[in-house]
Amino acid sequence: MSAAFRIPGAGRLKQARTASFSFDGKSYAGIEGDTLASALLANGVHLVGRSFKYHRPRGFLSAGAEEPNALVQIVRDDARKTPNVRATVQELYDGLAANSQNRWPSLSFDVGAVNDIASPMFSAGFYYKTFMWPKAAWKSLYEPKIRAAAGLGVSPDRPDPDHYSSRYAHCDVLVLGGGAAGIAAALAAAETGASVIIADEQADLGGSLRFETGARIEGKDGFAWAQAAVASLKGMDNVRVLSRATAFGYYAQNFVGLVERVSDHLKSPGADLPRERLWQVRARRVVLATGSIERHMVFADNDRPGIMLASAARTYLNHHGVAVGRNVGVYTANDSAYAAAVDLKKAGVNVAAIVDLRDNPTGPAIEEARALGIEINFGRAVVRAGGKLRVSSMTVQPKNGGGERTIPVDAILMSAGWTPSVHLFSQSRGKVAFNDETKRFVPGTYAQDCVSVGACNGTDGLSATIDEAYAAGAKAAKDAGAKATKGAKPKVDAGENWSRGMLGAAPGAGPDTTVKAFVDFQNDVTAKDIRQAVHEGMRSIEHVKRFTTNGMATDQGKTSNMHGLAIAAETLGKPIPQVGLTTFRAPYTPVTFGSIVSHARGPLFDPTRRTATHGWAARQGAVFEDVGQWKRAWYFPKTGEDMHASVNRECATVRKTAGLFDASTLGKIEVVGPDAAKFMELLYTNPWEKLEPGRCRYGIMLREDGFIYDDGVVGRLAPDRFHVTTTTGGAARVMNHMEDYLQTEFPHLNVWLTSISEQWAVVAVQGPKSREIIAPLVEGIDMSDEAMPHMSVREGKICGVPTRLFRMSFTGERGFEVNVPADYGEAVWEALWAEGQKHGATAYGTEAMHVLRAEKGYIIVGQDTDGTVTPNDAGLDWAVGKKKADFVGIRGLTRPDLVAKGRKQLVGLKTKDPKVVLEEGAQIVADPKQPVPMKMIGHVTSSYWSENCGRSIALALVAGGRDRMGETLYVPMPDGTIEVEVTGMVFIDETGGRLNG
Amino acid sequence: MLLIRCPYCEEERPELEFRNAGEAHVARSANIAGESDDDFEKFFFIRSNPKGIIYERWRHIHGCARFFNAVRDTVTDRFIMTYKAGEPKPSKLPKNSNDVVSK
Repeated sequence: MSAAFRIPGAGRLKQARTASFSFDGKSYAGIEGDTLASALLANGVHLVGRSFKYHRPRGFLSAGAEEPNALVQIVRDDARKTPNVRATVQELYDGLAANSQNRWPSLSFDVGAVNDIASPMFSAGFYYKTFMWPKAAWKSLYEPKIRAAAGLGVSPDRPDPDHYSSRYAHCDVLVLGGGAAGIAAALAAAETGASVIIADEQADLGGSLRFETGARIEGKDGFAWAQAAVASLKGMDNVRVLSRATAFGYYAQNFVGLVERVSDHLKSPGADLPRERLWQVRARRVVLATGSIERHMVFADNDRPGIMLASAARTYLNHHGVAVGRNVGVYTANDSAYAAAVDLKKAGVNVAAIVDLRDNPTGPAIEEARALGIEINFGRAVVRAGGKLRVSSMTVQPKNGGGERTIPVDAILMSAGWTPSVHLFSQSRGKVAFNDETKRFVPGTYAQDCVSVGACNGTDGLSATIDEAYAAGAKAAKDAGAKATKGAKPKVDAGENWSRGMLGAAPGAGPDTTVKAFVDFQNDVTAKDIRQAVHEGMRSIEHVKRFTTNGMATDQGKTSNMHGLAIAAETLGKPIPQVGLTTFRAPYTPVTFGSIVSHARGPLFDPTRRTATHGWAARQGAVFEDVGQWKRAWYFPKTGEDMHASVNRECATVRKTAGLFDASTLGKIEVVGPDAAKFMELLYTNPWEKLEPGRCRYGIMLREDGFIYDDGVVGRLAPDRFHVTTTTGGAARVMNHMEDYLQTEFPHLNVWLTSISEQWAVVAVQGPKSREIIAPLVEGIDMSDEAMPHMSVREGKICGVPTRLFRMSFTGERGFEVNVPADYGEAVWEALWAEGQKHGATAYGTEAMHVLRAEKGYIIVGQDTDGTVTPNDAGLDWAVGKKKADFVGIRGLTRPDLVAKGRKQLVGLKTKDPKVVLEEGAQIVADPKQPVPMKMIGHVTSSYWSENCGRSIALALVAGGRDRMGETLYVPMPDGTIEVEVTGMVFIDETGGRLNG
Repeated sequence: MLLIRCPYCEEERPELEFRNAGEAHVARSANIAGESDDDFEKFFFIRSNPKGIIYERWRHIHGCARFFNAVRDTVTDRFIMTYKAGEPKPSKLPKNSNDVVSK
């Protein structure tokens, strides 16, 4: 059964293809090719939403992307509940379910509408005035209430089950907009052989040819020509036609972001289809053919459902075959609305009257309306609309005052003129210019390699548009390097031509009135609000916008900005260009997070790095922690152990027998070449020339400012070869730091740098039994203390595979680090583990590693240092070569502040109560009785329970710390002040006997 | 996203492959240890931060890994030219900067 407002014979949809859908739970019938808006209108439904602030009933204003009112929630299932979908854009599919928003308990009876009656309380800037006091109420009362009351749609509360894809593309000419201008430009560019992409936001290209019944091109109806032209473009190998694709952002160097809606219009999208596809297109030339947007008339109660743009009514009639009413009124200040009256009248709809603000306009559109017998009233204004849930009348008055006359209508079609869509041009950083004659902003100065054509360029008339667009398309292709055009320009047989219109409030909504004449429907901003903003001191249009919220939210003022600007200018008594235009920012229309994130979420958000022993550790029940992108074994709990029990056991076992630790994540860089030692001398504070091959040294790297940048043990494998280790987190930036100096400051040095972090797996075997565990597996290396003392490195074989075997220690015990090619990492670990089992060794994780090194006062760069710590501050002066003439940071170290007394120095802290473990980051004071705010003299950098010491231990940066040995300091915490004693940094084996023994 | 011409690879590559490395032509003194506080301040802390043409260092870190120099307009983000590390600061800039980035 055909819906009540579907007109037989009108429109282009095939009546046979029906689709059923529901709105607020009620079922309706539509036709494939409908939008949700046209399908609802076909069923006579105009009331679709409640406004943001006043909860006023709202209907459809437009038939396109500029829609401010008809925002609905589309519900596919429990996880797919998309809010704020424009019903004018959403294509209908069989089974579509939509709900209205911002109403309770129902759309026709909404409690929030009390705001409309109480509206004097909610005038412009009310947020800033009403909710100022008391301050504490903002967080607890005002904000939650406002957020609950003022929301539009409701966010889905489950993870988005859809997937999104992303593509990059390059082309010679990118045409944005697929109306008459865009198609003509694309044809011209494509005929040269240039690679062309043309994109349009609608399902079918054609733009305003969709409703312009007066357009005829190449002997065809305008829209039919568009379809034929697009078909021929699609047949060309050098052309890509993107439909349902909105260009939302124009970035530097002709880089344009588009979102293609792939499956939101489908009943059951295949599982392999993305919901949306993000296109990032780099074009040599861009042709902007973005058209123009019709403005509404600003008069009292112009927001009643049934009042809409004239072009929208034409679209619903001429494309969807739907009449927006049975008895319509027209209110206009330009010619284009006459065409709507004519189309509707011809379709059998009664046109009650045309009200035209202009005094004596003439032209073919007016003649045609008159010839059809439509009543036309010149020099008159609609001063009020009647009705609440649906418009019921319009009250007409001569524009300079006089007797009123109320005309019953069920819809009002309005047009105040057309605003060129300069959004993308403006985003490209082009400067718009105001044309005083036509009262519109048009592209002025270009900042990028683009050109505007047609309505967005202020070009009126179909013939002029096609001429301009075709020439621009050909030139863009030529400028991009293509050959000359060989095609023929489409011939325009007939076209519509619109005149100018008006900006600002219509008579009856002027400065002396208090009526609700809406400028911005989405934000409930009236003409009066704009004037009030000016009266309260707002001078810049940017301030007016923020004070009133005019032009904000999902539609970004596509219909309201020019009216708002004109009213502000009039109130200020300034010409429009002097008041300025608010900045156009991306996105042009709302873009989902999904399309931008694409596949980069969950495990694909960031790469995960796993060491060679990850699987083994996981099988042992290790708990992992994230260290940058690495997953590192944190601790290895046995059955029944919590973290503390596990760490305590691991720490004790390492010092008693031995422990195995995966140190593979350390950064490793091979420094090779005849000048390798010279390079090391320049990059590290230590002397390297005299380090013998086979020996290691702890190195400190500074930045030029003298602060510690990184540290690590360096082994000299040969006179021209160093195996450098870095911190785990510093691996990439140390490599970058080295390359920077090598390439730009010391390019005379003959050195190669190679990152070998991922080539070598590293098993640290630490503890008194470490040698006994490793030795049986090693070939060709004498591991005795005499042959291989602490801080040495040997090359040989372990388990039959090559190894770089370091004797070094980050625990203070005799220790080794077994480097093997990463592919053998797990096998060698398992072999070492098997040997270790014979001696009762443990596997230990990063937490135990931290405790063990802190027991020895070994620092961790980035934990015990923070980018403002010098080697001297850290007690590492011994590692700075005193006789060196140059190294990075040598000058920085002598800066006055870096040699001043009283600098913060690293020291140990022991709590007076050995059971109390300090909090890392806690502040330290000398006198806990001083008034707040206290003078803070340092902070805790590392703090642990040490099972080996039987007490807590901590490291801290304290002002003048090394002069405070034995002093009592205080750590004030929320639940009391903790007394601590300043000590040295070494808590175990101060003489270092265990390292060598 | 910008397109940047690497003077070593001799082609334009997406910005994702590059990393900015601060102002160019700030030379480290061969006798840095003997520099005055004022000279060290100029070398290490003071940068021109211009509105307009800047000479800066970039690294093709996810490409050939080379550091090079670029001339960029900080207002439009347009790259006017790029040249190899160690080459002198160009005394003349190309007139039509468009051709450099999008020829």
